[in-house]
Amino acid sequence: MKLRDNYQEAVKIFQPKPSYFLNAVKAFFVGGLICGIGQALQNFYIKFFTLDVSVAQHMVLGTFILLATLLTGMGVYDKIGQFAGAGSMIPITGFANSLASAALEHRSEGAVLGIASNMFKVAGAVIVYGVVIAYILGVIHYLFWNIF
Amino acid sequence: MKLVGKQTWIFENQVYLQAAATAVGPMETEGPLGEQFDVTYPDLYCGEGTWELAERRLMKDAVQACLTKARLEINDIDFFLAGDLLNQNVTANYIARDLPVPFLCMFGACSTSMETLAVAAALVDGGFARRVLTAASSHNATAERQFRYPTEFGGQKPKSATFTVTGAGAALVSRENSMFRITAATIGKVVDFGMHNPLDMGSAMAPAAASTIQQHFQDLNTSPEDYDLIVTGDLSGVGSPILKELLWEEGYDITDKHNDCGLLIYRPDQEVFAGGSGCACSAVVTYGHLLKEMEKGNLRKIFVVATGALLSPTMMRQNQSIPAIAHGVVLEVVKGER
Repeated sequence: MKLRDNYQEAVKIFQPKPSYFLNAVKAFFVGGLICGIGQALQNFYIKFFTLDVSVAQHMVLGTFILLATLLTGMGVYDKIGQFAGAGSMIPITGFANSLASAALEHRSEGAVLGIASNMFKVAGAVIVYGVVIAYILGVIHYLFWNIF
Repeated sequence: MKLVGKQTWIFENQVYLQAAATAVGPMETEGPLGEQFDVTYPDLYCGEGTWELAERRLMKDAVQACLTKARLEINDIDFFLAGDLLNQNVTANYIARDLPVPFLCMFGACSTSMETLAVAAALVDGGFARRVLTAASSHNATAERQFRYPTEFGGQKPKSATFTVTGAGAALVSRENSMFRITAATIGKVVDFGMHNPLDMGSAMAPAAASTIQQHFQDLNTSPEDYDLIVTGDLSGVGSPILKELLWEEGYDITDKHNDCGLLIYRPDQEVFAGGSGCACSAVVTYGHLLKEMEKGNLRKIFVVATGALLSPTMMRQNQSIPAIAHGVVLEVVKGER
């Protein structure tokens, strides 16, 4: 059988396979490193600024958002993302990157129609489905704990 | 009859590629062909405020350098044919706004370079114009924004993705003697083998390239041996072996003759995934590098097949497959006529 007779299947031998294992290992270590730094920062904030755990956690998130946005603007975060994949996409740094990169991308179209209306272009889906899933889980949680 | 076979034009009157020029961005300048381009820029903005303006600057520079090489003024040009990748072909249209020349805007995605060259040669051969200027451009950041994600977005791209070339190429077609004669062109059909992955355009475009090349051989009754080089536009590392396999199955072995502009323009260590792509890829490699190789005598007859993936992000999100097209132009060195 010729390649063209069964193209969509047969062509797969020519397409490079993603290195799932290596990608998973890289994502695991980079993601783990980011979380480790987060924990260290949290301990640092609690110890040196004598903050509550919940306040310190918000400080950590703020710090990460600031760092990720700076790294995005400096043109570094996309390189980290290419290396680490999900490892740098899943933590809040990935969310900050998606906002900052879209804002940067569209700043040539102005502050309102450019930056403001495009900023959530990538992250919007995360917010929408984050809210939807949280709602569904909230309902399930309520049903299980209060009714059954 | 100038139409031979089903899809191939033969240019019986002497039609020449009188002059050609290129302008490129930083990655292309650092690449292996960097010294062969006429205008080079060390950063993606090319001295402009936005990337869209940067792309326009590149096409403007290529057009200007081409006219300078041909020792002509813009008023000597009868028609301007150009295209790019942006919505409404804004680069080409805005360049044409500044030129006092009748203009035909063309879109063939990354096949635009050879589409404009083929039509220019037909206009000149048919006596509809004396001198036709063609141009094609692409810019990495404008293409990323339009077709993919924001440039600084930290998503991971697969190895099959290509890297849009930042640059522009311009060529002047006329009947005035030059070293490069345009002898034939094969206009491609839109081919769709049902591929859906916009980050693997090599797989989607290889059947289109195979269709055009096979038709070219059949129309002209030639074979790969008749060419020194058969070069595709941007099939990259994924599409190139597929093209060879598709043609081999039809009885044409192009293994020793084939190369791909997307593989020539960057070094493998430049982190460009499977290779270069974009309208500028075939334009700057052909007009910058391959013509110089022909000048040096390393190549005598080449068949440039620019490949285009005719997709849009909307069609991709609506789960449509990727149609592709390829247009080929034969360039030959003429000896002793200069």
